[in-house]
Amino acid sequence: MSKVLDGLYYTNSHEWVKVEDGFAYIGITDYAQESLGEIVFVELPEEEDQVNAGEEFAAIESVKAASDILSPITGIIVMVNDDLEDSPELLNEDSFENWIIKVEMEDSSELNKLLSKAEYEDILE
Amino acid sequence: MKKTVLYDNHVALDAKVVDFAGFMMPISYTSISHEHSYVREKCGIFDVSHMGEIYVKGSEAEKFVDYIFTNDVLSMNDNQVLYGMMCYPTGGVVDDLLVYKVNKEFYLLVINASNIEKDYAWILENNKFDCVTSNESDNYSEVALQGPLAEKVLSEFTSYDLKELKFFTFDNIVIDGIKYLVSRTGYTGEDGFEIYGKHQDIVKVWELLLSKGEEYIVPIGLGARDTLRFEVALPLYGNELSKDITPLEASLGFAVKLEAGDFIGKDVLVKQKAEKTKRRVVGLTLLTKGILRHGYKVYFEDKEVGEVTTGYKSPSTNESVALALIDRPYDKMGTLLKVQVRNKFVDVKVRNKKFYDKNYKQD
Repeated sequence: MSKVLDGLYYTNSHEWVKVEDGFAYIGITDYAQESLGEIVFVELPEEEDQVNAGEEFAAIESVKAASDILSPITGIIVMVNDDLEDSPELLNEDSFENWIIKVEMEDSSELNKLLSKAEYEDILE
Repeated sequence: MKKTVLYDNHVALDAKVVDFAGFMMPISYTSISHEHSYVREKCGIFDVSHMGEIYVKGSEAEKFVDYIFTNDVLSMNDNQVLYGMMCYPTGGVVDDLLVYKVNKEFYLLVINASNIEKDYAWILENNKFDCVTSNESDNYSEVALQGPLAEKVLSEFTSYDLKELKFFTFDNIVIDGIKYLVSRTGYTGEDGFEIYGKHQDIVKVWELLLSKGEEYIVPIGLGARDTLRFEVALPLYGNELSKDITPLEASLGFAVKLEAGDFIGKDVLVKQKAEKTKRRVVGLTLLTKGILRHGYKVYFEDKEVGEVTTGYKSPSTNESVALALIDRPYDKMGTLLKVQVRNKFVDVKVRNKKFYDKNYKQD
């Protein structure tokens, strides 16, 4: 059974958002990392890039395939988790601890369109 | 969706199962790179029951197989296996396959799962000889035992002297009281065997070989099957070979015998060889981070000069490398090219396509 954490927002495409001090931290869920298998490369965006809700902002390469990661919300990237560049396997080790980008949200009401923990657990059933 | 006879074994082993060519197949049991290394260092067993098997029998079986096959069937000994292709008159490939010669009047063709219907239709359409064909794919299951310890593992369960089973030959071999067709062949670049039998017999041999224990042998999924074949530049139909890519363009000239008998597509291949192919499959090394994938376009300056056919971060060498079909003259070793990866262009260098050395038992 994949891990799902309390207090986060989720998407149908298996990303999560954690809001802290008004910023949104974005990553992939435990289910996503498990389905991808061994992650061998993360193509990261750059700080100050714009991200749009529902649009791709990074790509994760497992041994087998490349997968686009979609941003759950709209905003500007204020920080990128550069550790993933040299250690992409961190996403396999703990995909909730290792966020991918930190975003300054344009419109925090977008969060209301995301899934709650319970709703996300339903789609994993 | 079809299941192989080993489906329940895969589920019991907690495999990640995916749809492959209409079959529910295990992609991996633990992880692709772990399984990959296991085959390079010890031994792995693969369920390849999805592969297709065709019989050709009759007084002109030899003539017919020679007519549809690029390699030299007339030179084969009984109990020999030969790799080659069936081509269209255009020189493009219907499929790549193994031909097993039982005798001059009986051949077994082993074909790709995704091409069974197309291949069999092609075979029926072109059989104007005194022989009969039958699609035996539903009557056979198959496992592959691959890796440096393969001979040791199999020898535990048979009195047959496996040292006498030479590379690319086969025999009927009794394993724990049951007879199987066993060839010294594979798709990994390692020593090993491919074992064909009736469905329930294959379940028995799978369980028997795995009973040797995981310090010798583990099950391997299709994920590692692909990375293993890729590292030693063995082609995959649909990637390096297709109806639009000839065997010569795929740099597989060793399996095309133009000086031997006539076969479908030969005229085009003779011409292509004389004039040199316009493009060919070579290796690429990625000079930055990332991974090249099937279908990515290759450029020289602004000009599109080819396409990636398969790419991985090689589990054995950890390099990010690819096979790619590149137009001449950009195929020359050391040429610097660019590949479009999503919205970026990355630098690559043309190299030899052997990313890892084969480790066959050849005398």
